[in-house]
Amino acid sequence: MRLEYFQMIDRVALFDEAGERLEAHSTVPLESPVFEGHFPGHPLMPGVLLTETMAQASGYLILGLLRFTHMPFLASVEKAKFRSFVGPGAPLVISAARVHQGSGYAVTRTKIASDGKTICDAELMFRLLPFPDGLSAQMRAQAADIGLVLENA
Amino acid sequence: MASTFETVADIIADTSDIPRDQITPESHAIDDLGVDSLAFLDIAFAIDKAFGIKLPLEQWTQEVNEGKVPAEQYFVLKNLSARIDELVAAKG
Repeated sequence: MRLEYFQMIDRVALFDEAGERLEAHSTVPLESPVFEGHFPGHPLMPGVLLTETMAQASGYLILGLLRFTHMPFLASVEKAKFRSFVGPGAPLVISAARVHQGSGYAVTRTKIASDGKTICDAELMFRLLPFPDGLSAQMRAQAADIGLVLENA
Repeated sequence: MASTFETVADIIADTSDIPRDQITPESHAIDDLGVDSLAFLDIAFAIDKAFGIKLPLEQWTQEVNEGKVPAEQYFVLKNLSARIDELVAAKG
């Protein structure tokens, strides 16, 4: 994880196309300027970045299921619960499952766990739009870097 | 059993904070009720779930943008309800 660069997913551990779910692993960095403010002397992963982490796992899931035909943009966050704290060095398991594929949008259920304990969960909606110029190749490269491999791609 | 319009009106009231009694079959979701595109996605999701269908929003948007179909065909609620009934019937 590189919080300042919004690189929230270290690697994709599982992409289950038939089951429409993805599992990813990340480790909260030991040091980051983010922790200087959140909070001084008591570093905690901000809820907004946990939400971004769930959104990125969901986004890679949708990209994989749609085979990079559309770019998912976060449109809404529903039923978000932050159940426990995590700080520097915590291992995170991020899971995402597509619960609905609409026309031009998709909905996922997603959660983050650490050491077997649920940290947060939410239902996320994404608007699916044509890729802005040049972004498709970058997203494919980024996905490959973290291990999102599509069969018969 | 609630009519298609009643179910749609209940969904709009629930998802958009619009008083239920302001929603009529003649209401235009956007022009009269002020539903924006994000709120319409929430409504579409609830309609998809309630009726077990997939509203073809991308196709409708394209048809309206290309001037092939007036927006009222899809966004006036009595017409939207009729489109939903057609999709439910087509699903068998």
